Amino acid sequence: MERNVTLIGLFAALIVALGFVPAIPLGFGVPITLQSLGVMLAGAVLGSWRGALAVLLVQALVAIGLPVLAGGRGGLGIFVGPTAGFLIGWLPAAFVTGLIVERLRRVPVALAAGIGATLGGIIIMYALGILGFWLVKNAGLKPEDAPISLWAATAIMAPFIPGDLVKVVVTGLVARTIAQYRPSALLARG
Amino acid sequence: MLSLALPCRSWAHRLPAALKFGLLAVAMIALMRIGSLAGQGAAVLVVAALTASLGRKAIRQSLVTLRPLVWIVAVILIWDSLQGAVAQGVLFGLRVLAMVGLANAVTLTTPLPEIVALIERLAQPLARFGISPRIPAISVALVIRFVPVLRARHDTLAEAWRARSARKPRGKLLAPLTFSLLDDADHMADALRARGGLALPRKGRDTVGT
Repeated sequence: MERNVTLIGLFAALIVALGFVPAIPLGFGVPITLQSLGVMLAGAVLGSWRGALAVLLVQALVAIGLPVLAGGRGGLGIFVGPTAGFLIGWLPAAFVTGLIVERLRRVPVALAAGIGATLGGIIIMYALGILGFWLVKNAGLKPEDAPISLWAATAIMAPFIPGDLVKVVVTGLVARTIAQYRPSALLARG
Repeated sequence: MLSLALPCRSWAHRLPAALKFGLLAVAMIALMRIGSLAGQGAAVLVVAALTASLGRKAIRQSLVTLRPLVWIVAVILIWDSLQGAVAQGVLFGLRVLAMVGLANAVTLTTPLPEIVALIERLAQPLARFGISPRIPAISVALVIRFVPVLRARHDTLAEAWRARSARKPRGKLLAPLTFSLLDDADHMADALRARGGLALPRKGRDTVGT
């Protein structure tokens, strides 16, 4: 019990701390922050439930108004802004990453973590992020207005995907290093 | 790490936290439904007036939180103008301003202890499932305490790297950082257990003789 609480708390702290690493501008001017890397790592290392709870803790800190997101952002405003879906999507992102590492036991850790992070941290997170953006964008339109299509919303968010693919690779490598040097620490496979 | 709440006492600080959160939820539903430029424009003016009534610091803080949204609103405006629907882009910009601005106003006027008290009250039913209602508050404290520790640890690792290599560490510090974090979690768990742990007092054993 105590160990679960401290593990969840410390991984939540890691996700927050990664927000202080300055945003890395990608080639075409899109900044990427490392916080979603922390989310993928929490899932890959802690497993589905603990990983998701670590993310839930960070989300709770955002909601109660602590500046824990990259760039010192926080507060309830994030949950109603156009990027709310991405923040909410962290939860299934960590859960699915952990679930895949737990289930694909015969697959090498790096690959399992990579598959999990791609499925959870990119596909599901972007699906929710794009859906959230689409909802905020089209809310309250009159019937004669043409709403923005989900494809258009996807096209607007697409420039961020390469950065997240880099994070998927890093997640796989870190998970492999942990499995190599201290297999017992990779709780998702414990 | 400080909360985003303003330390001063405005009229909005005196309202109960639960009431503010309730009002905010209602306002969000209303803002999602308003589809006219005039309506959203009026909403933005109301939110701006509300923020202004909280003082100059509130205005500055609110603008800081809104700044990261500028680029996404700009992208949408360009997108919608290309589609020949500038009004839609403007509507989106106004809604984002009104919604995020209003939510910020709640955050700015609700001090952290009040929110923690609200969380503890909401967490009370956890006891019925055998989970200590202290866990949410302890978890929040853990994170706030460990963020600076992790940052310091990262700086130490980065220094050690620089002493040994001319190349940049890139992601290579993440694994050692995670190892140290897992150790910390074990130590913290031992410390918590040594101080009585987080389990609920068991009926029948601890209540004997009372």
